[in-house]
Amino acid sequence: MTWVLENINEILGYLVQHLYFSIPPVVIGLLLAVLLGWAATLNSTLRTVLTNTAGLLYTVPSIALFVLLPPILGVQIRSQLVVYVALTIYTLALLVRTVADGLTAVPGGVVNAATSIGYGGVRRFVEVELPLAVPVIVAGVRVATASTVSLVTVAPLVGFSNLGTLFTAGFQRDIPESVIAGIVLVLLLALVLDRIIVFGGRLLTPWADAGATRAVKAAT
Amino acid sequence: MNYLSWLFDPSKWVGPDAVLPARLLEHIGYSALVLLISIVIAVPLGAWIGHTGRGGTIVVGLSNGMRALPTLGLVVLLTLPFGTGLTGPLIALTLLAVPAVLAGTYSGVRNVDRAVVDAAKGMGMRDLAVLGRVELPNALPLIFGGIRSATLQVIATATIAAFVGLGGLGRPIFDGLAQRDFPQTVAGAILVAVLAVVADLGLAGLQRLVVSPGLHVAPPTARSRTARLFRRPDAAVEPA
Repeated sequence: MTWVLENINEILGYLVQHLYFSIPPVVIGLLLAVLLGWAATLNSTLRTVLTNTAGLLYTVPSIALFVLLPPILGVQIRSQLVVYVALTIYTLALLVRTVADGLTAVPGGVVNAATSIGYGGVRRFVEVELPLAVPVIVAGVRVATASTVSLVTVAPLVGFSNLGTLFTAGFQRDIPESVIAGIVLVLLLALVLDRIIVFGGRLLTPWADAGATRAVKAAT
Repeated sequence: MNYLSWLFDPSKWVGPDAVLPARLLEHIGYSALVLLISIVIAVPLGAWIGHTGRGGTIVVGLSNGMRALPTLGLVVLLTLPFGTGLTGPLIALTLLAVPAVLAGTYSGVRNVDRAVVDAAKGMGMRDLAVLGRVELPNALPLIFGGIRSATLQVIATATIAAFVGLGGLGRPIFDGLAQRDFPQTVAGAILVAVLAVVADLGLAGLQRLVVSPGLHVAPPTARSRTARLFRRPDAAVEPA
């Protein structure tokens, strides 16, 4: 604990860096996943291709992706862009299937009703299908966020500081306190972000709570 | 600069300077050992928990919590007290693999159709026979899902563990970064990515052979029950 207090400024800096590395990949990955997931529900060939590619990308270890991306992207070996792109790929790979599943699970009757009262393709997607798929998508975003926050800790191995630096530095200088502080902070950060996502999901689906209350009342 | 020069340099594969075959075998060796230990621990435990239903929430909570646990942190933490040997990293890898296999086995056994289990009991099967001859064979797809997630996790984390002195394919990655010898890094990264994909495909093939044909139903779609059976338990799937 003393070690943590003595190094609090450094640790807070790493925490901020960690957020900078974690949040953009999840947000951009989610946006791309919604677009691709929607496209996947419209075309079954595309769906097969996307889910298989996503599964394949998911098997590639992060450290391998971190060092293989620079030649593919044509950027410097130690470019921050690589970390962002790699983490976005993982989020996208995870969420594209979740989004497609969530959209497929929207009851056909609801979609038909929307069509029959005049909703066109894009408007029906944005105002009817997407909102109804929110609970499934939120579940996927929670998984993606937790794993991204954990994956960011690999970035110090290719030269970018964040909470993972507490592991590499702790190993090199033989300070267990540093490693333990890093693990605890990563878990706490993941927990806080998870709560925020759950809260955001509730705001987006006000009817879910209302339904639950009604069900409870009906049961009692 | 030709990034692939190291990977396709014959002298790295045969002869006195051949490091790649040894690194590849080391990596496969660590991964196989860790997976074997994890399966021996987690499959019986998961089967028992799934069969009795006791402790299920702990298994689910554990595998959910593991998602956010930074693997590098765990590897370093367990390496510090043991010094730079195999012990620390291997314990860390096992700790990371067990929850995935445990969750797969538990949910596999738990999700077996109750009617099938009741029928087995009605035919006079004893507890162990129900578990061994009905529940486990029916749970195989999800057990395989757990083992496949664990395999990917272990192969990826074993790479990272080269940072604390483990051999394997992480060695050329980290040595290449340290020596600014990028082709060496690329060689390690490509080999480990290929190893991960091949291992996953191999296990998928084994799964096809081992799982009862009765469970190979129709191509899975998002809504069908079989889709849920065939899907890997997401709780444990994550790159590392």
